[in-house]
Amino acid sequence: MEKWENNKAWFLVLPVFLIVAFSAIIPLMTVVNYSVQDIFGPGNAVFVGTEWFEEVLRDTRLHDALGRQFLFSGLVLLIEIPLGILVALAMPKRGWGVSASLITLALPLLIPWNVIGTIWIIFTRPDIGLFGVAVNGLDLLSVPFDHTARPIYAWITLMAMEVWHWTPLVALLCYAGLRAIPEAYYQAAKIDGASALAVFRYIQLPKMRGVLTIAVLLRFMDSFLIYAEPFALTGGGPGNTTTFLSIYLVKIAVGQFDLGPAAAFSLIYFLIVLLLSFIFYQVLLNVGKGEKR
Amino acid sequence: MGLMLQHVDKIVGREVHLKDIDLHFAPGSRNVILGRTLAGKTSLLRIMAGLDRPTQGRLLVDGRDVIGMSVRKRSLAMVYQQFINYPSLTIYDNIASPLKLAGLNKSEIDRRVRDTAAMLHIDDLLFRLPAELSGGQQQRTAIARALVKESQLLLLDEPLVNLDYKLREELRVELQQIFALRKATIVVYTTTEPAEALMLGGNIVIMDEGRVLQAGPTPEVFRHPATTRVAEIFSDPPINFIQGRAEAGQALLGPAIRLPFSSHMAHLPAGPYTFGVRCNHLSLQSTSPEAVAIGARVDLCEINGSETFIHVRYGDTRLVVQKTGVHHFKIGSSITVYVHPCHLFVYDAEGQLAAAPDHTGRA
Amino acid sequence: MARIDMQEVAHSYRPKTQTLHEYALKRIHMTWEDGGAYALLGPSGCGKTTLLNIISGLLKPSQGKVLYDGGDVTGLPPEQRNIAQVFQFPVLYDTMSVFDNLAFPLRNRGVTADRIRQRVREVAEMLDLDSVLNKKAAGLSADAKQKISLGRGLVRSDVAAILFDEPLTVIDPHLKWQLRRKLKEIHERFHLTMIYVTHDQVEAMTFADTIVVMYEGEVVQVGTPEELYEMPKHKFVGYFIGSPGMNFLPCTLEGLFARVNGTMIPLDERTANLARRASGKLELGIRPMHLELHAQAVADAFPVGILTVEDQGASRIVTLALNGQMVRARVPEEHLVPQQKAWLRFPPEKTRLFADGRLVE
Repeated sequence: MEKWENNKAWFLVLPVFLIVAFSAIIPLMTVVNYSVQDIFGPGNAVFVGTEWFEEVLRDTRLHDALGRQFLFSGLVLLIEIPLGILVALAMPKRGWGVSASLITLALPLLIPWNVIGTIWIIFTRPDIGLFGVAVNGLDLLSVPFDHTARPIYAWITLMAMEVWHWTPLVALLCYAGLRAIPEAYYQAAKIDGASALAVFRYIQLPKMRGVLTIAVLLRFMDSFLIYAEPFALTGGGPGNTTTFLSIYLVKIAVGQFDLGPAAAFSLIYFLIVLLLSFIFYQVLLNVGKGEKR
Repeated sequence: MGLMLQHVDKIVGREVHLKDIDLHFAPGSRNVILGRTLAGKTSLLRIMAGLDRPTQGRLLVDGRDVIGMSVRKRSLAMVYQQFINYPSLTIYDNIASPLKLAGLNKSEIDRRVRDTAAMLHIDDLLFRLPAELSGGQQQRTAIARALVKESQLLLLDEPLVNLDYKLREELRVELQQIFALRKATIVVYTTTEPAEALMLGGNIVIMDEGRVLQAGPTPEVFRHPATTRVAEIFSDPPINFIQGRAEAGQALLGPAIRLPFSSHMAHLPAGPYTFGVRCNHLSLQSTSPEAVAIGARVDLCEINGSETFIHVRYGDTRLVVQKTGVHHFKIGSSITVYVHPCHLFVYDAEGQLAAAPDHTGRA
Repeated sequence: MARIDMQEVAHSYRPKTQTLHEYALKRIHMTWEDGGAYALLGPSGCGKTTLLNIISGLLKPSQGKVLYDGGDVTGLPPEQRNIAQVFQFPVLYDTMSVFDNLAFPLRNRGVTADRIRQRVREVAEMLDLDSVLNKKAAGLSADAKQKISLGRGLVRSDVAAILFDEPLTVIDPHLKWQLRRKLKEIHERFHLTMIYVTHDQVEAMTFADTIVVMYEGEVVQVGTPEELYEMPKHKFVGYFIGSPGMNFLPCTLEGLFARVNGTMIPLDERTANLARRASGKLELGIRPMHLELHAQAVADAFPVGILTVEDQGASRIVTLALNGQMVRARVPEEHLVPQQKAWLRFPPEKTRLFADGRLVE
């Protein structure tokens, strides 16, 4: 297509431009504004340059939170991606089972995020929770299971919740990828006498590359930004052992009302996510390219 | 009068899609644009439709420049390769849609929809949805929608290319009859198939790499392809070429074959030439004492049901021989092919037609 | 290599089928001879792919048996039948090199590395793939990919048959005839049983020694290309093979003549005798290229009006009116077509009679 008589069509882009401006660009600029000023009150601010950034970068609690965040996101990817693939492989290909399993899988995705936290609190409570009571009933643990009692218990609960909540998304994406493989590939593999493992390695996995890229990106970004669930479940505790980046950020911004450092922190946080997503995307894209050549 | 293109160029980025197109389509004319894929047929059609604007040149309808005029204001209809219909409308509503837009009254719409549907044999499918029809029926619907508004200009872009060959055969015949009924409409039809072009008759425009190579009445162009490239494009399978020379009233084909000049070659000066012969003019029997034998080897026999196309090799030259009926020859076996000098097209070193076979005495 | 027998095979995709109409395949009983080059020809939806999948074992027929060299394989999956199949679209293992693609069926069967290398080299050389053996298969052109699919079948020395499911669909027209040639060469060299499914008569008739024509779930004729052309056993074969298809004229039998709208068309004795014993609605069938068109009255020719003449370059298709009946004739380029009025002769040796759509026999 090419340019036609007039440029009226550009006006059609205007509403989208305005919405993006108000929803993303202007708030972001406000954050940039805060990050370079010390604000004492309305109309009473001092330009401080990069002071907040330096302070934030030196903050050891932030370093700890960042480390925790990487551990968490790494574990999430390591568990959810393979598990999602396994679930997708195990799902039925036709018949009533398809809709049944799709609906079951979609259920966790439909629940509001903070409600999920509440559900898991109740589920793991040592006094009334199904899981808490059952595990403690076996009497195998030196310290009775309670996610507030030990950091490891908090992490286990959190990971279980996260996996329960988001593996279905990975599974659904993989399932869609699997269904898009033409039947002829399976038929050819059968005729070639390929084992189930070979079919997975040489047909299913390569053909799922596209959806897996999306799944990895989505799960990485989402888990890196996680807030509502740990806030509802552990509130960052015990101690600071489950204080992830966004929980820590909210503590600074809302708890201590340090808007300057919080804004600087936000920008750094934003850049980290952007950078890592870009790296993931490039790596996955190039893996694909290398194999096409 | 009619539709006229003057010095039309179309350049996208650095690629030349069309170059210096000068064409005139008279009212009521049947026109075929023949060319291989990527020859610029669709680009030309899109400019005629007003969907694209030429980089340079003018497009005149009845003497009036229409470049820049909205497509909706022009009187034209177009049929595409893909079967394009409104998926949620019934066949009836699909065909009626251009008339509804034109604001015709209900009874007039009904009459014309039913007439057009009957013409295309889809009158008993009127209340189905496109998805419930076969490919052939879907394309019939698209054609009906283009025909129903009786526009001044009817453009068809390889409309039969996505159909099975049997359906193609049937629709080709029908289309030809339908076009005959539209006395005032300019029909422009693009195709890659010489047989289709010949059947539709009328005028032909041969295109290659964005340029018009030759234009004129279809049978005339078929009998006198002006260059080797035109002869190639306008023969299926492609015309056979043999490099050779003319000297002293004889044509030398390849290293070893000498043919006496036929009357149409009498004026040829001596020199190197390319000799062209269509595959139906090569035969496996000697038809007259003047015919000359070529010893060749069989590469493959292709059979289309009623003809056999025998691919053979004579030295480095590949030839295709057409023989009516179904025949088998073993790959690699020797075969004798006869060529009669009266069937030879002669092209000079620049690839321009120097002599064409006589067709006097034909009906 | 093997001879394949199909005994009373029928298939329906629905579990409980009551009427014959619901069968995708209706009673197929035939033999594919060892080393034969077969084509399975028919329009889309005629059941040809269903039949192919039953032969390969991808589908178990609802009824009947499939025998390989006399042994019942009806219940066996494809990997135990030693069959190779080339699909409509190239099916490759994208992440593997061409060599690994070709070696894959052998590796799965535990063949030694030396033997694999030897077989792959042989097959690659035959298919002109030796120069790309180390490249990734995914980056190659469509025709090279189809050759790899074919190579995966050829590489196994034990294949009973190679099946092709419209393998040239995605190939550029000017490369098609080269691949057809390659297939013919391979067949002549190895005498493998090859079954080629297509809806394209050119492909079927070019490739096969024997063509199986299918129509609405039935095999309507098995024969050589010549037989399908000269002696179509079913109206559908007459229509489908040849371009344009056969003319069919409703008629009645009167002695040695077929009466078409009052015109008495002479028949050869054999046809007339066979027709006498046949029952059902009679139709006369003749190919447009077999009709003779004359400018003057000749013996046994009937006056006809000329409706339209379509120039096809090498020939012309003339539509004629014979006593109000439309007939199409194909006339070679060098023959004159008279104006308006002509005489039409039906050569008795080429004139066929059909009873209820089937050739009288």
